[in-house]
Amino acid sequence: MKGISKIVGKDNTTSLPISIASLTKKYGDSYALKSVSLEVKAGEFLTLLGPSGSGKTTLLMAIAGFNRPDAGSIQFGKIEMILMPPHKREVGMVFQSYALFPHMSVFENVAFPLKLRKVPLPQRRARALEALETVQLSQYAERQVDQLSGGQRQRVALARAFVFRPRILLMDEPLSALDKKLREQMQIELKQLHRQLGVTTVYVTHDQREALTMSDRIAVINEGEIAQIGTPKQIYNAPVNAFVADFIGESSVIPLDRDASGNLVFSDQIVSSLAPDQSGHAWSLVIRPERLTLVKPGSKQIVEELVFCGVISEFVFQGETALALVQLQGNYTLSIRFNTKSTESIEHLEIGQQLSLSLDRNDIILIPRAT
Amino acid sequence: MPKSLKNYEANLNSNALELARKKEQFLLLGLTSPALLAICLIIVIPVGWLFFMSFFGTSGEFSLENYQKMLQYKSYARVFAATFKVSILTTLLCIIIGYPLAYFLSELPKKYAGLFMLTVLLPFWTSLLVRTYAWLVILQRKGLINNFAIEYGLWETPIKLVHNLNGTLIGMVHIMLPFLVLPLYGAMKRIDRQTIQAAANLGATPIQSFWQIFVPLSLPGVVAGSLIVFVLCLGFYVTPAVLGGGKVILVSMQITAILQDQFNWGAASALGVVLLIATFAVLAVASRAFKLDNIMFGKQ
Repeated sequence: MKGISKIVGKDNTTSLPISIASLTKKYGDSYALKSVSLEVKAGEFLTLLGPSGSGKTTLLMAIAGFNRPDAGSIQFGKIEMILMPPHKREVGMVFQSYALFPHMSVFENVAFPLKLRKVPLPQRRARALEALETVQLSQYAERQVDQLSGGQRQRVALARAFVFRPRILLMDEPLSALDKKLREQMQIELKQLHRQLGVTTVYVTHDQREALTMSDRIAVINEGEIAQIGTPKQIYNAPVNAFVADFIGESSVIPLDRDASGNLVFSDQIVSSLAPDQSGHAWSLVIRPERLTLVKPGSKQIVEELVFCGVISEFVFQGETALALVQLQGNYTLSIRFNTKSTESIEHLEIGQQLSLSLDRNDIILIPRAT
Repeated sequence: MPKSLKNYEANLNSNALELARKKEQFLLLGLTSPALLAICLIIVIPVGWLFFMSFFGTSGEFSLENYQKMLQYKSYARVFAATFKVSILTTLLCIIIGYPLAYFLSELPKKYAGLFMLTVLLPFWTSLLVRTYAWLVILQRKGLINNFAIEYGLWETPIKLVHNLNGTLIGMVHIMLPFLVLPLYGAMKRIDRQTIQAAANLGATPIQSFWQIFVPLSLPGVVAGSLIVFVLCLGFYVTPAVLGGGKVILVSMQITAILQDQFNWGAASALGVVLLIATFAVLAVASRAFKLDNIMFGKQ
């Protein structure tokens, strides 16, 4: 992917911020979007992440102009777009099904938006070929769409979406139809392309790994509302509720009790002496499986660590890591991920074995307990 | 690895597998044979017989007399020309009326589409003869339309709507319409609506995306439907006979006339053969021009 700066200059006018305020959309009696407000900065790569039916696609389609919300505002820069028909919004979009025109060649597909904008033929040719070169498909220009593989179609859809220099790029699960290897390769390429184009990008996915890989910021969406918005690190390290903790990455959630002085405790260990919220409601501890370490038998517990003792109930080898489920007292299960480097002594681990696990206090994540 | 062992492994169970494969083929042949037999009895033999009879003239001797007559007399050429003209006009009118109808149906939500589809299908299920005579009642000199128009002063004297080309076309278009609308509706339903959204997203106005994306993508349906209509029209008899009132003579009517007036099976067969060949010729040209295999059986 090279030469993109020639197609789209890197000056600030190429990307626009998006301001969404109080956007509401109802289907019958159920809310697809409940008064969603969101700011996407100019040039940012923002991912809308959520399970199917969470409203993320509805939100994207509202930005593109394909559905009409019941209330709210969508601004590109300072311009109100809420009533603007889709063909006047000047946003590029990559559809989940790619939506390539099957009766046109690859070149004609990519040149289509330029033809609509009455770009003269020589320039149209040059720009379309340049866009195809950017996605490494220039040698396929004369092919028919049905002669391309899934990954190649995806690239054509991408080239078609940015060839007319839109200042906002929308993508609706563009990689979901590709196999795992190609998907991971395309994630990196899309990220590089975004860096080169500098165009404000809103990306929809249900794949949390994809979101973590690609985004500047992630907006986690659940039941028509933004559950949390932040950088991938913020979202992963400090989920605000059980839904986010559960949806992003793997986690074990353990309910905590309070002792007489109000400290949060788990099996006689003080997890947190300062409850983050004094209102007195219940809290849970979220533990990421890779943050746990195996305590070597005989070593002393140090103050900075929480220790959990239990019995291995399941142990699976998964290549670069191995996963163990550990049954704790009180019928809680922790999952722990081991590196399979030979330096980790996991060879002797087997189902039914007793072990102790430690968690650094810096890795403690507290969330309000779901009621 | 020793060679003998290799051979042994290559032949493992191969005889039994070969036998199973053959058994399956025989079974398949057995299952299809009733259908093959039926096609042979109903289509191949009668059509062969038709060909055979067309070579016997009035004298009862084997000759090309029937075909020579067709070339000799201008009236035959006129009948064929009329048949093609009526068929082409009917097909064009069906496209003009059927395309917006199919588009409307394909855009409706599913529950309403079924209801409106009934309005297309209900006449389709009604007897051909009933519909044809119903048109006669509606269109005749003192029929529904003329009475209504004169009463409300739309025109003064009755307009001749039936027993001419008008009536023939009205009746034929009405009867042929479902044959165009159904395949066209199917083709339109198969168009990925995201491509229409994509066109809008790329800057196409609704009119641009209709003409540049939707229409080209629906063309296979238009071609498939038009061909069905056109081929059916070429051999249509009842409706043009009743509504044409003898003013519009098509090949099918000519065949009837020859049989009824002259009892000449040879000449009638020859006409049938030429019509059949003309139909095949149309299909052959169309399949060349439109890659018919793709349209009928989906792109591989």
